[in-house]
Amino acid sequence: MFELLGIAPQALFGQLLVGLINGAFYAMLSLGLAVIFGMLNVINFTHGAQYMLGAFAAWLMLTVLNIPFWIGLVLAPLVVGLFGVVLERLLLKRLYHLDHLYGFLMTFGLALVIEGVFQWKWGSSGQPYPNPIPGGTNLGFMFLPTYRAFVVVAALVICLATWFAIERTRLGGYLRAATENPTLVRAFGINVPRLITLTYGLGVGLAALAGVLAAPIYQVSPLMGQNLVLVVFAVVVIGGMGSILGSIVTGFGLGLIEGLTKVFYPQASSTVIFVIMAIVLLIKPAGLFGRTR
Amino acid sequence: MRKSLAAAALVCGMGVAALPAAAQISGDVVKLGVLTDMSSLYSDINGPGAVVAVQMAIEEFGGMVAGKKIELVQADVQNKADIAATISGRWYDVEGVDAILGTGGSASSIATMRVAGEKKRMFFAVDPASSDITGKLCNAYTVHWVYDTVVLANGTGSAVVKAGGKSWFFLTADYAFGHALERDVSAVVTANGGKVVGSVRHPLNTSDFSSFMLQAQASKAQVIGLANAGGDTINSIKQAAEFGVVKGGQKLAGLLVFVTDVHSLTLKLAQGLQLTEAFYWDRNDASRAFAKRFGERMNGKMPTSIQAGFYTAAKHYLEQVKALNTDDADKVMARMKSTPADEPLFGKAVIRQDGRKVHDVYLFEVKAPSESKGPWDYYKLIRTIPGEEAFRPMDQGGCPLVKKS
Repeated sequence: MFELLGIAPQALFGQLLVGLINGAFYAMLSLGLAVIFGMLNVINFTHGAQYMLGAFAAWLMLTVLNIPFWIGLVLAPLVVGLFGVVLERLLLKRLYHLDHLYGFLMTFGLALVIEGVFQWKWGSSGQPYPNPIPGGTNLGFMFLPTYRAFVVVAALVICLATWFAIERTRLGGYLRAATENPTLVRAFGINVPRLITLTYGLGVGLAALAGVLAAPIYQVSPLMGQNLVLVVFAVVVIGGMGSILGSIVTGFGLGLIEGLTKVFYPQASSTVIFVIMAIVLLIKPAGLFGRTR
Repeated sequence: MRKSLAAAALVCGMGVAALPAAAQISGDVVKLGVLTDMSSLYSDINGPGAVVAVQMAIEEFGGMVAGKKIELVQADVQNKADIAATISGRWYDVEGVDAILGTGGSASSIATMRVAGEKKRMFFAVDPASSDITGKLCNAYTVHWVYDTVVLANGTGSAVVKAGGKSWFFLTADYAFGHALERDVSAVVTANGGKVVGSVRHPLNTSDFSSFMLQAQASKAQVIGLANAGGDTINSIKQAAEFGVVKGGQKLAGLLVFVTDVHSLTLKLAQGLQLTEAFYWDRNDASRAFAKRFGERMNGKMPTSIQAGFYTAAKHYLEQVKALNTDDADKVMARMKSTPADEPLFGKAVIRQDGRKVHDVYLFEVKAPSESKGPWDYYKLIRTIPGEEAFRPMDQGGCPLVKKS
């Protein structure tokens, strides 16, 4: 029986699969972040809090209104996305003409406020969300929970659909044109501010969707998005700020790398992504898939 | 500053002249500082509940002791050692805090105890678990109040080994506390004829444990020991269920589990876990009465053993100040170490030379959903472990304060 770097190939296979599952979350979250940055030029640090809001929305729907997971999966992102739209209309749109730093500070502050309020109300330990599809399959090299398999498939579908919508449809074309040259696009009779608002709502909805998908795996806790937003931000930077395909590929890729780190040197698993970010920035400052503007 | 210097000079003068009666309270106020995790993964275990518990103790004194006002300050330690050291230093030096209670995880608590030792001021280590606090790191101004990693090893660890769990794999939080817990439980496992087949160390505040679960399953160990706490333990147990760890025939040993963790997990996932605690709200009339008062101010939440510890530590400290008529740390400490305590929540207790408070602890098992009569009815008592059996004998900790006979 041969071993690779001290671990059996079967074990390695399992770890790769688990890494892929985590990568699915990174991809979904960084996708939203990349869409928002690409279109609005705002670094949305509220993303982690919006991911948490998605999970909480689904949990509240389940416990208070008895709405099952599958309906919550659609409804919660809509509600949180709507919240995003309100946020954009009320606050963010005032910052577009200013430096990135203002948008960053605003969204970061908002995240602290939202998380603080939820922690005050519900504490830090988190709320239980039952697994909608319990059970799993023994693949020989590992036990694969059915729900996690579903998450990977769902994430892939969501990512591809978003990429398609932005890169291959007419609406996506307007959107890209509006970021490139808003004055010209407006001259064609297209309501650019509304387009931007909808984009922000979409990005936030994506974060919330990831949150709902995460609810049955992790505890639904006010802090669940706090660490994640940093990782996801790193993913977006590595992929190239604003590059949609870049964030999807990097999300999955970094999930894999982090998974492997958890086997070879688990202590470093929370830092490895930032090390990679530093290296990528040194070699390719615009990120792996980014274009220098 | 000049004022407190003058006061200090006055206090020294009075000491020399041995003047009777007048209370010797520094700064004319008795100031308690609660420095704990207010915002992160442990904040349900201590956090705002710890502040409320200390407030309750102060209110029982009517806000006054030895004729002086009692004040309370609080801060968030964020479980970071540098923050603990900075705030503790400022509190002792500038703000005239007489006793600090807390201070978050073991790493940040050890930072505070170093400051307390340097400044010669009182520190009640209520939060942390590492047994090194009364072992090689001990100092004369720190009291380790509720529990430690040796207790958890002698309680839960020993019970699981004796029930047949001979081979262990550890899932350990990668900092002072996790390391100490893994070490102390490993010692108990080997002493009882078991063996440790492996371990994996995860960063504090990890959310995804799936990779570690696969490693634990691959180890084929009978028992997976969770040497972590709070949110980390909750996510470990939840994901162990998801990955069919228990169904696959392995047993989980939650080495440090609090009642809030069980509440968050729900009985369905937590049932059958054995755990060791020094306090459970539903253990006797006194604990129920305390829990009721606590719950009224905390949205119906029941106190954890640590929150109860904050209450009794504050109360015990204020009682000493009242009896001695001074908040002088050396005198208060001397009295605490020479006078055994008997209080309603933790029962009879002594504070040893090395700073360890020794009282009985309890091995509980988490009830099945069918056994629970209502919210927060979670534990059934398996065994009372007498303090002398639960805690590490003083001569084995390596504390320099302990005189070798």
